[in-house]
Amino acid sequence: MDLTTFLIQVLNSLQYGLLLFLVASGLTLVFGIMGIINLAHGSFYMIGAYMAFVLTSMTGNLIASILLGIPLAFAFGFILEKLLFVHLYKRDHLEQVLLTYGLILIFEELRSLAVGDDVHGVAIPAIFSASIPLSETMNYPLYRLVVSGVCLVLAVGLYFLIQRTRLGMMIRAGSHDRDMVQALGININHLYAIVFAIGVTMAALAGMLAAPLSSVYPGMGGSVLIISFVIVVIGGIGSVWGALVAALIIGFADTFGKVLVPEFAGLTVYLVMAAVLLWRPEGILKKG
Amino acid sequence: MKQQVAGRRGVMRAIVGLVAGAMIPLGAAQAADPVKVGLMLPATGTFAALGTAITNGFKQYVDEQGGTLAGREIQFFTVDDESDPSKATENANRLVVRDRVDVLVGTVHSGVALAMARVARQRDTTFIVPNAGADDLTRGFCAPNMVRSSFSNWQPAYAMGKAAAERGAKTAVTLTWNYAAGQEAVAGFKEAFAEAGGEVVREMALPFPNVEFQPFLTEIASLRPDAVYVFFAGGGATRFVNDYVAAGLKERIALYSSGFLTDGTLEAMGGNGEGLITALHYAEGLDTPRDNAFREGYVSRYGIVPDVYAVQGYDAAQLLHAGLEAVGGDASKKAELRAAMRAATIDSPRGNFTLSAAGNPIQDIYLREARGTENIVIGIAAEALADPATGCNL
Repeated sequence: MDLTTFLIQVLNSLQYGLLLFLVASGLTLVFGIMGIINLAHGSFYMIGAYMAFVLTSMTGNLIASILLGIPLAFAFGFILEKLLFVHLYKRDHLEQVLLTYGLILIFEELRSLAVGDDVHGVAIPAIFSASIPLSETMNYPLYRLVVSGVCLVLAVGLYFLIQRTRLGMMIRAGSHDRDMVQALGININHLYAIVFAIGVTMAALAGMLAAPLSSVYPGMGGSVLIISFVIVVIGGIGSVWGALVAALIIGFADTFGKVLVPEFAGLTVYLVMAAVLLWRPEGILKKG
Repeated sequence: MKQQVAGRRGVMRAIVGLVAGAMIPLGAAQAADPVKVGLMLPATGTFAALGTAITNGFKQYVDEQGGTLAGREIQFFTVDDESDPSKATENANRLVVRDRVDVLVGTVHSGVALAMARVARQRDTTFIVPNAGADDLTRGFCAPNMVRSSFSNWQPAYAMGKAAAERGAKTAVTLTWNYAAGQEAVAGFKEAFAEAGGEVVREMALPFPNVEFQPFLTEIASLRPDAVYVFFAGGGATRFVNDYVAAGLKERIALYSSGFLTDGTLEAMGGNGEGLITALHYAEGLDTPRDNAFREGYVSRYGIVPDVYAVQGYDAAQLLHAGLEAVGGDASKKAELRAAMRAATIDSPRGNFTLSAAGNPIQDIYLREARGTENIVIGIAAEALADPATGCNL
């Protein structure tokens, strides 16, 4: 592998890792702060992608669709929490799994009824459709770099929200002691609904951003769910920075695994996970 | 009292029935029996559209024959196989054991089809495969009771390897999902490409259904082969082609594939698929009277344009027709029916084909070019190509 190829592979790893972070961050929030195992997280990613497809075919522009889709996804998450997830906090994990798995089936079927089972493409916005030549034979699509940039901005924004704002302080307090926060006069139910809605929005946003890259197809949610859980576990449950570090590690493991040990490409990610958990059973960065 | 009357009436009816039955010659009684056809196809999930196309094609042919084949009504039994191999044996048994179908037809997914083949063999039921391309079905797994109206994975791939070399490629890189269909396709491509003097410099694979292609595109760009051969379908195909174009590789390195890369995916590729060359046993723009009639009939019945899956369903019905004709519609004469299917020349929309001893079509594989949302025929990649049927003793 020459230096140019190596550097492009590093770029591939970073870019893939950042996209994974975007999907997993919502899961780590909901899992870490609210203690909910949300198997339907991948479905929110799928819903985001299909929303991008439907809205883009209506508005003709992906950027407009994303701006429109974010409040829609937030409202959807908020309502879903008020209707269903609010009943889960005091129940055990098995019931959470049951409800969220049921939601996967319901969302897939609704998707099939509403949009059908065909594969659809979403056009990259014209201003980002260029490619940057990196070597004589290889171009890099500008849109991928833009998505990476957006992911970085969101990572910093999310960190800032949770660590540096009043809302974040309440959320963190709520995750430590639900009853005490309530006793202090904070509406914890409302707070949790907001956290959940943020989680759904992050997943849907990931789906919307990824739609032009991955195309939109049935079952796409399932493909990101497992890798998201891997990242949450490696990073340390509930830690946003941990999720970022873990997503980048997975990005590198996956990319270089495919290139250097293609026979075991499917395994590298899980070997890395096993190694990290042996080293730090609670994840790289503990909740904090 | 009432019950007694009813009972007596029942006995009377039974006696009349017995007498009447005895008076009608046996053969005529059977002529009234419909032939039971079990369609085990996906009605839900990723392959649902393919299942519908196969069913449509099959029923179109029966309909064109006036609703009967060899003078027999066709009675359909359907099961949704969900493309789930773990439910395949149970689903096949429902048709074969519970419904006692004469002929089992299915399916899209190769893993499911292999399980169906096992059930059909145990129960000695005639089995027609209208899609699943697993080489094994007509190789190690071949059996007298089974025929295929579609293709083996090896066939389009082998034809593509031959055509790629003829089109001037000396070196190639292959990329596929690491699953049976992909491995079989790559093996077929490599075999033909090597025979024509080409060299596959690197075989790459990624776990199914992973679609993060960027690392592989980077490798391809640094290896700079003359051609790339891939085996992808559905969402993965769309994504791969889009990434290949975005990486600027499409103008520099020829991309070849078995036809599934561009079947039903061109619209989603949004123009990125334009001009891609693929090999398959069916194409648009064949413009033969046979194909035109088939396409018109399909459009008028279902309001959509037929695809390769519809043709395979249509030809599955043709194979059954050929078999039934030879036995006067008596599906219980299994050996004769099966022999007749293997001996038949099928007047398919794709062009005439016959079956090999193993039961796989010996057919022309077309070279196609993607234009708009169609794959237009530009030539024949391999004429009357027969699968080698390695390991089949028929």
